Amino acid sequence: MPTKKNSDDKLSRQHELRSRLRESATYPREVIAEIQRAAETGIYDIRGWGAKRKVPNFDDLLFLGASMSRYPLEGYREKCTTSVTLGTRFASKPIELKIPITVAGMSFGALSGPAKEALGRGASAAGTSTTTGDGGMTPEERENSDILVYQLLPSRYGMNPDDLRRADAIEVVVGQGAKPGGGGMLLGQKISERVAGMRDLPEGIDQRSACRHPDWTGPDDLAIKIQELREITNWEKPIYIKIGAARTYYDTALAVKAGADVVVLDGMQGGTAATQDVFIEHVGIPTLPALRQAVEALQELDMHRKVQLVVSGGIRSGADVAKALAMGADAVSVGVAALIALGDNSPQFESDYNELGSSAGFYDDWHEGLDPSGISTQDEELAARFDPVLGGRRLANYLNVLTLETQTLARANGKSHVHNLEPEDLVALTIEASAMAGVPLAGTDWIPGKNNF
Amino acid sequence: MDFNYDLAVGTTRELNQKLNAAGTEDADVSVRVLNPKGAHALAVGMTSNVSVDIEGHVGYYCAGMNQKAHITVLGNAGPAVAENMMSGRVVVSGNVSHYAGASAHGGLLVVQGDSSSRCGISLKGANIVVRGSVGHMSAFMAQSGSMVVCGDAGDALGDSLYEARLYVRGSVASLGTDCIEKTLREEHKREIDALLESSGVTGADASEFRRFGSARNLYNFDVDNADAY
Ligand SMILES: Cc1cc2nc3c(=O)[nH]c(=O)nc-3n(C[C@H](O)[C@H](O)[C@H](O)COP(=O)(O)O)c2cc1C
Repeated sequence: MPTKKNSDDKLSRQHELRSRLRESATYPREVIAEIQRAAETGIYDIRGWGAKRKVPNFDDLLFLGASMSRYPLEGYREKCTTSVTLGTRFASKPIELKIPITVAGMSFGALSGPAKEALGRGASAAGTSTTTGDGGMTPEERENSDILVYQLLPSRYGMNPDDLRRADAIEVVVGQGAKPGGGGMLLGQKISERVAGMRDLPEGIDQRSACRHPDWTGPDDLAIKIQELREITNWEKPIYIKIGAARTYYDTALAVKAGADVVVLDGMQGGTAATQDVFIEHVGIPTLPALRQAVEALQELDMHRKVQLVVSGGIRSGADVAKALAMGADAVSVGVAALIALGDNSPQFESDYNELGSSAGFYDDWHEGLDPSGISTQDEELAARFDPVLGGRRLANYLNVLTLETQTLARANGKSHVHNLEPEDLVALTIEASAMAGVPLAGTDWIPGKNNF
Repeated sequence: MDFNYDLAVGTTRELNQKLNAAGTEDADVSVRVLNPKGAHALAVGMTSNVSVDIEGHVGYYCAGMNQKAHITVLGNAGPAVAENMMSGRVVVSGNVSHYAGASAHGGLLVVQGDSSSRCGISLKGANIVVRGSVGHMSAFMAQSGSMVVCGDAGDALGDSLYEARLYVRGSVASLGTDCIEKTLREEHKREIDALLESSGVTGADASEFRRFGSARNLYNFDVDNADAY
């Protein structure tokens, strides 16, 4: 019969053995789990969200602030304006935004109808634009968005000249930061009758949208394509070109050459609704170096501020916004953060997330259509959990906080418009970030790669 | 009111503005466009019942996103003629370059000559009739609508096809992934006849065509099809 002493001994022996377990740096638990998952299913891991690996980002930069040689502005009292005009190059009706933060393109299909409506409500309340996505324009989002950017994607799902004319701007999507060179995916679970109808696809199939446009190849063709779009819309609407961060210096220059009014640059941290994990984590460059390269290209062409630059991919806070603007962006846009603001990954649904084998703060299986928050789903019951009015309110709050934070940092650096922030206001905390952002390592005047060392 | 427009003296911008102002709901307006000389984006974004005859060759995107208008090119057309057409009718008397009828949602595109590659790519409901032959990768990812080819088809016809119906009278160099030959039934012959008739293409008999469609093997992921992805 086991005595108390015996079982105590056994426990402490087990404890001792456990404390000697050594996790492999090459094969940590998540790597082992992925090998096991691959062996079980025979298919790559597909997920939503953006890159989860750590990459140099805006957290690696700091503002210097004002002191002896720079005057700060009085918080609250002295004006620090935030308005942005996009599309001043060729369009007769440029876009006027109250804040330098826009809502990125996310498809109806990936998101529910009410979620798209809420993005429109929130953006409109904050005085900014929202964007359609791969799947066309829904009446709900048009109605609830004061300024709506209409995407022209390789798939051309739902593309039609009426919506083109109803849009306030047109965004030609060449790529996304999460998957530069990749097409969209929308798995069968989310191809509901309405989604299938809008995309002209059979219901319930696993849809893989094209990665190349069907009617142009390369920047010379694209210039002519843009001419066509302008002819159809009477040269009124700004035309954006969205690129995933890859060969950003050249891609930006080519976008300018192709006739863009606005370049939208999405870094590798940028969100996606559904992409292979291997693609998300291993293709493209981070937002930080991409932004610097894009600004350099614009400056060399004397097009900085003439062709506006909108940057996305991991923008979370007013600090991120202010740093992006200081590096030369005209505006930023938010995807994942907007969904979180709407209520995605809310602890309110913890038990539902647990049932799906996840947890609030980790849930990224947006492609499965089972989102407990009702945002990334086409299931009517789940979607009904989400209140678009409340969601819109929450998004507007979030966008307002980003704006207030951005102004706080701009005033601290003595700027009366957020666009007056400049690289000179920034320093880097790491050598990597210094090299990538092109601002000196804090406390030095050293930028790796500059001045021959 | 009918009018002529000479691109030797005018501009594409002005022509397109005039074309869009020309149409009213009911009146049948005819416009002749002279000296196109390969200009791009001619007669794009039309929204009414205008008949446009373009007398010469056109560049890219002629008749792009057409709604309702009847546009005839008396010459050859560059890439992506009638791209994303919604309705109406576009006829090209000569040959067309690649991407003809790309992503077109409705209406009829008739090519009297041959088509280069990727004819009917991403087709979404329009019909295409080609009197001659089509190049490689035609009907790539075509979703719905029909394509009638009186001549031959190049390599990889119908690659990654969805529900579009493809009819070819001549030879097919090769079929693309997930595209297979299917039986030509009476309803298909009727469809071919109707399309040939409305295109004014004569000299071909519906029963001479072969039908191709999607094997639907790639509609949902299956580990055992990994080779095909
Ligand atoms: C759910 C979801 C759906 C998306 N759908 C599209 C799309 O249809 N078209 C597109 O260009 N980008 C799409 N994106 C990418 C966003 O437009 C944007 O580039 C990205 O989310 C920005 O990065 P962030 O999420 O870190 O803010 C999507 C992103 C998410 C999260």
